Amino acid sequence: MSETEANPLREAIAGAIAEKEVLLFMKGTPEAPMCGFSARTVATLEAHEATFFSVDVLPDPRIREELSAISNWPTIPQLFVKGELVGGCDIITEMADTGELATVLGVKAPAQPAAKAPETVQAPPLTIGDATAE
Amino acid sequence: MALDPLPVLNDPSPDELRERIEAAIPDSRVTEADGDGHHFRVTVISDSFEGVSRINRHRTINEIFEGELGGRIHALSISCQTSEEAK
Repeated sequence: MSETEANPLREAIAGAIAEKEVLLFMKGTPEAPMCGFSARTVATLEAHEATFFSVDVLPDPRIREELSAISNWPTIPQLFVKGELVGGCDIITEMADTGELATVLGVKAPAQPAAKAPETVQAPPLTIGDATAE
Repeated sequence: MALDPLPVLNDPSPDELRERIEAAIPDSRVTEADGDGHHFRVTVISDSFEGVSRINRHRTINEIFEGELGGRIHALSISCQTSEEAK
């Protein structure tokens, strides 16, 4: 039962966080979110017309375990910008309301609330496998 | 051979969350605590949040319920403000 030193999954997650400017760990995909909190966070990012990568934590429970160990944050979604955890759904929603989110993302604040967001171009969903393959 | 009945954990109540937060953060007031036994929303006012990032404010609350979030407390929606911000 000895724990090995190498932890490829944790390294892949940490690598993706370091590499992607805006990275959302969520349940499901931006096109098909599997949780209301993930859906709301995606809608908020899309309303800001932010380009972001996403990782679906559902296929393997270890992704979520390793992510929470890295981030010291218990819940999903988790939004990282420039390698830093910005927050989960509540914090992103609050920051969108105050305009802080646009500043953090380096975009213009949307004129309309998230619900009225137009379709936007998105980066394709990122899998942990992709992150290591690059 | 009958198995002993499993211990029953009460569903958490908004009042339980309020009491535990106010006990853990001495100068805090929980001005909103709603929930259906699984999904909860709390608003916490405390001047100890002054100068503390949103992430770390939420971590203070998460730590009170460590091990229960995602389990006994399925989801907890949190808003943390200083008394100045709450005005």
